[in-house]
Amino acid sequence: MDITNTPYKHCDLVKITGRVDSATSPKLGEVLDKIIEEGRFKIVMDMSELDFISSAGLRELITTQKVCKRYNRGEVILAQVPEKILYTLDLAGFTKLFRIADDVISAVGNL
Amino acid sequence: MTTVTFPGRYDSLVEIGKFVNEAARQAGFSNLEQYQIETSVDEACTNIIEYAYQGENKGDIECTCIVEPDELTVILIDHGKPFNPDYIPIPDTNASLDERNTQGLGLFIMRQWMDDIHFDFTEDYGNILRMVKRKEKKPC
Repeated sequence: MDITNTPYKHCDLVKITGRVDSATSPKLGEVLDKIIEEGRFKIVMDMSELDFISSAGLRELITTQKVCKRYNRGEVILAQVPEKILYTLDLAGFTKLFRIADDVISAVGNL
Repeated sequence: MTTVTFPGRYDSLVEIGKFVNEAARQAGFSNLEQYQIETSVDEACTNIIEYAYQGENKGDIECTCIVEPDELTVILIDHGKPFNPDYIPIPDTNASLDERNTQGLGLFIMRQWMDDIHFDFTEDYGNILRMVKRKEKKPC
């Protein structure tokens, strides 16, 4: 898994590439925690290059969404989600808890 | 029938995934079905490390794939503590964000995406998990 964070003025764009499983999800959690620790709560996840996500990765996403949405201070939006990843999100009931954007630009614009 | 033994640690998950995905591909499953099988096995192996071994590098995971014309059977054997799926909570996928608990999501995914799941424990072998995925019947 590779993970990059591009901080914009009003939000952070986090791109995950490869595979998020129990081996790599702690790294994802670290990156997201660091953004939150800086007092930034608007995050767009670019999932276009994400190949695989297990429940360990889903757990990091929901923990972050809970913190970001608290006091209406922000939100995590999932952008450019590949079809198979969308099946996992849907099965887990996450499509009701996250806004899903077709492209990164509109997700950044909607925050 | 092919069996490979992997060290019981999280960085084995990539290789376990490749092994199972290749068996699913050879069996003729669709890309989505391959992904469902790989995810279910990933979740099962994570549970083995977390619950049966209670940590990494405590023992091996023996993975067997049996390809048949209409189905794929994956058998996972570990030598850890008995795993009782009844103790794992069932997640409420309709819960609101505040009430949403992520415990039990792995087992939930396995149960949704595999057709049969059977947990067994024997003193000689340890935990034996048998999962079956059947091919979708194509309309005539």
